Amino acid sequence: MIRNIQSAADLAPAYDLVVVGAGPAGLSAAVEASAHGLTVLLADENEAPGGQIYRSVERASDADLARMGPDYAAGRMLIERFRRADVSYANRATVWNVGPADEETGAGAHAIEVGISLGGIARPIAAHRVILATGALERPFPFPGWTMPGVMTAGAAQILMKSSGLVPSGRTILAGTGPLLYLLASQLLRAGVSVTAVVDTTPVENWRSALPHLLRFATSPYALKGLKLLLEVQRRTRVIRGVTALEAFGSGQFGALRVHRSNKSLHIEGDLLLLHQGIAPNLNLSLAAGCDYVWDERLAAFRPNVDGRGASSVSGVSIAGDAAGIVGAVASAHQGEFAGLSAALDLNRIGQGVYEQRRAQHAQKLARALRGRTFIDHRFRPGKTFRVPEDDGTIICRCEEITAGKLREVAALGVPGPNQMKAFTRCGMGPCQGRLCGLTAVELLAQCRGVPPGEVGYYRLRPPIKPVTLSELAALPHTEAATIAVAGFVERAHDAAQDATYGSHQ
Amino acid sequence: MFRRLSDRNETSVSFTFNGVPTMARRGDSVAAALLAAGHCGTRQTPVSGAARGPYCMMGVCFECLVKIDGWPNRQACLTTVLEGMRVETQDGAAVPGQKE
Amino acid sequence: MDYDVIVVGGGLVGVSIAWGLSKCGQRVAIVDEGDLANRAARANFGLVWSSSKGLGSAAYSRWSRTSTANWHQLAAELKAETGIDTGFVQSGGFSIRLTPTELERGIASMAKLAGQPGMDAEGTPPLEYEILDQAETRRRLPLVGETVAGAIFSPLDGHANPLRLFAGFHKALKQRGVHYFPHRKTTAIRHHAGAFEVTGEGWRLGAGKVVLAAGIGNTALAPMLGLSVPLLPSRGQIIVTERLKPFLSHATGYLRQTDEGSVLIGESKEATIDHQRPRGPITAVLAERALRTFPLLRNAKAVRIWAAFRVVTPDGYPIYEQSERFPGAFACACHSGVTLAANHALVLPRQISAGALSEDLSVFHSRRFHVPAAV
Repeated sequence: MIRNIQSAADLAPAYDLVVVGAGPAGLSAAVEASAHGLTVLLADENEAPGGQIYRSVERASDADLARMGPDYAAGRMLIERFRRADVSYANRATVWNVGPADEETGAGAHAIEVGISLGGIARPIAAHRVILATGALERPFPFPGWTMPGVMTAGAAQILMKSSGLVPSGRTILAGTGPLLYLLASQLLRAGVSVTAVVDTTPVENWRSALPHLLRFATSPYALKGLKLLLEVQRRTRVIRGVTALEAFGSGQFGALRVHRSNKSLHIEGDLLLLHQGIAPNLNLSLAAGCDYVWDERLAAFRPNVDGRGASSVSGVSIAGDAAGIVGAVASAHQGEFAGLSAALDLNRIGQGVYEQRRAQHAQKLARALRGRTFIDHRFRPGKTFRVPEDDGTIICRCEEITAGKLREVAALGVPGPNQMKAFTRCGMGPCQGRLCGLTAVELLAQCRGVPPGEVGYYRLRPPIKPVTLSELAALPHTEAATIAVAGFVERAHDAAQDATYGSHQ
Repeated sequence: MFRRLSDRNETSVSFTFNGVPTMARRGDSVAAALLAAGHCGTRQTPVSGAARGPYCMMGVCFECLVKIDGWPNRQACLTTVLEGMRVETQDGAAVPGQKE
Repeated sequence: MDYDVIVVGGGLVGVSIAWGLSKCGQRVAIVDEGDLANRAARANFGLVWSSSKGLGSAAYSRWSRTSTANWHQLAAELKAETGIDTGFVQSGGFSIRLTPTELERGIASMAKLAGQPGMDAEGTPPLEYEILDQAETRRRLPLVGETVAGAIFSPLDGHANPLRLFAGFHKALKQRGVHYFPHRKTTAIRHHAGAFEVTGEGWRLGAGKVVLAAGIGNTALAPMLGLSVPLLPSRGQIIVTERLKPFLSHATGYLRQTDEGSVLIGESKEATIDHQRPRGPITAVLAERALRTFPLLRNAKAVRIWAAFRVVTPDGYPIYEQSERFPGAFACACHSGVTLAANHALVLPRQISAGALSEDLSVFHSRRFHVPAAV
């Protein structure tokens, strides 16, 4: 049975396995690993398990389930299994650090240290293994006006619907590309929302790269669902295709969208604008942990470099689900399960024979779940001008309000990469730590330099990957050596203070 | 901005936004509650004072920062509304030591 | 010869010198590593500070003091050239002492510093400082914690925005036509046919003079030119908070509020360079001391913690030297690249252009470290 962690005091100092994230990958990993006798802590920031896709599914009514569709309801079973598993579950817990155990305070038994904060108290936890299942986030979608109130993501609208039963009350415009856009349009229309238009920014030329994968897609479960959705939405609202540029207007909040198509433009009034142009791995914890990463050209995003069982370049740290590369809910669950199994193998709870059998099964299940994704990835790959805005006045870094023009000006100085660019402009220095500007900044710099984004690299990320108060940090374990490193000596009751100085530098 | 689907029947929760009594439903995040009450702008940025509001609703964008019971810069989308909660616009940078 | 001078290293030391050289009419190129190079230039505190420096070297104290004084000119010139305001404020600095023992030690060390021969020189601002007891410290900094024992205040000290300084130099260099080559790690330098040849993978540049300003990278390059830059491993860690409304305009020795509102909290001195990951116990000590210093920061949030390597010689003072075997080859290595940026920009370049470092910099020659070799 699940063990609910109510406060930091309930946390054990160490676990065999810490899983970060309670979406399909994390839940599956926790269930699998605990079934083999590992002590497991699953930590998640939200109030209830489910991640984004299965958000609030535990308390969903029949009406909610009907509204959201069968894929959502499938999450219920997984969460029920999770609730029955022998796992410690810390909700409303922020994991702000994962890394090798500290050279002094890491007792030597556990290879990995996890920094977790719950109820305003930060704790270091030791672990033999960590599985990062931090999922994905919506790609940034920068264009003039995207930062004004009344502009939100498609994912945000789904969260409001699932968790609070809230739907837009006014004229709603959806813009972008990808199946989620049409899924949301359909869900909103069924809920009686006034969907003024679906503004489709899918580049016309995507067909060319998607075509070779059409057959596989056509025989996948996505195809029929997708077609039905498309037809339904087209029947019930205005769909505008071949869009090449967007601008949002409003005084104080969103009021209208200008839509450009080749040399024509349309002006559409609305009360709410919902954006979506795909999702990208939520990288920050993986990168702060030191995991190597690669640029995935098809995804047009960075993802951590992992092997077939999800192992990253950092010993003991695995990554499963969308956090390792966009694969969808079902494949995420399979990857999480396999990562949990691999942890059990590593910690000698199962034998190699059993593992090999399961590995073969896993490969089959995964292949089935991934069928059709290649087509989707190509078909709905966001266009260049929506990934790197041409308009210099467009804000790229929302937190620090840095425009594309400012970044271009600095790029012209010959900055070697996004970290130097960050130093010169503050782009990426805000609380979101680059989650909403990183991809744009890198692609902009790559464009300016005429090199692939993979060559440009990404921000160097460090813990805390979410803000932590100084009082929480101050209460973490101190050591004498650390005190000497900062204060120069250790204050003692008697007068035998140790001195450790060099040079005269204060 | 947002309306409640008629088949949702969570109990009501009352809180205040900038001193004004406001209704929410049990289980709402502060961000959801504010949006339901018609507020899509909930902070002014510390850089230029520009109006911003909830964007991603999942804790990654840090746009929904508000003051909650005096604590500055709380992510409204990751905080559940509680009865009597005092929510205020986050006007620019946090004042150090304000919540004591 | 492609250039008059090649500066190896595009950090603060390199760009300050390159700018100054360009002002002297030299044709300059900078070769720099990539985005993830060890860059002390992006990992510093922003203090422009001299008051407590130079215990053991009056020359270093004087060098720091003149650089601080010269900072006004540097700031003005960069502003005029680039429009970038480096945010230099010389409103005095407080070296806050949390306990009576810390205060006693500070008093003793300042007295020893002030008492050194050679501390005064014509044209150098004299060392000035005041000892503040607990009451006086609280009067001047009302927000300090009740347990703060005292402080040492000096009107000489101040702070600037080091990232804008760095950006300002780069912009000025670009405007002046100085060539900046990133992604060019220097692997060899040799003197050949009257010129210096600086090479790396797939590239080569020639110049009449070369200046090594490559931070930690200097150690490997120096011997190629008959120079020597021994360095000790040193790592420092700093916490950066979210932006806060202004509450502290003065610089203090280990905590300052930037003009954007974020608070920088430092700093550790760890004798290692095995990695650049922030360490929990160091973070804890830094945070705890910051809260004793300014308790109102209890609930301020850290948004970033980083650790980086310092450029520290065995005695902590800079190395400035010209090669005897290869005149025209210079080495410059130091920490405190922000404080010393003014002298690096306004004083050193004239000397480098003229082909000789001034006599009063000879104390910073690396021969001071050389133990006579056994035969």
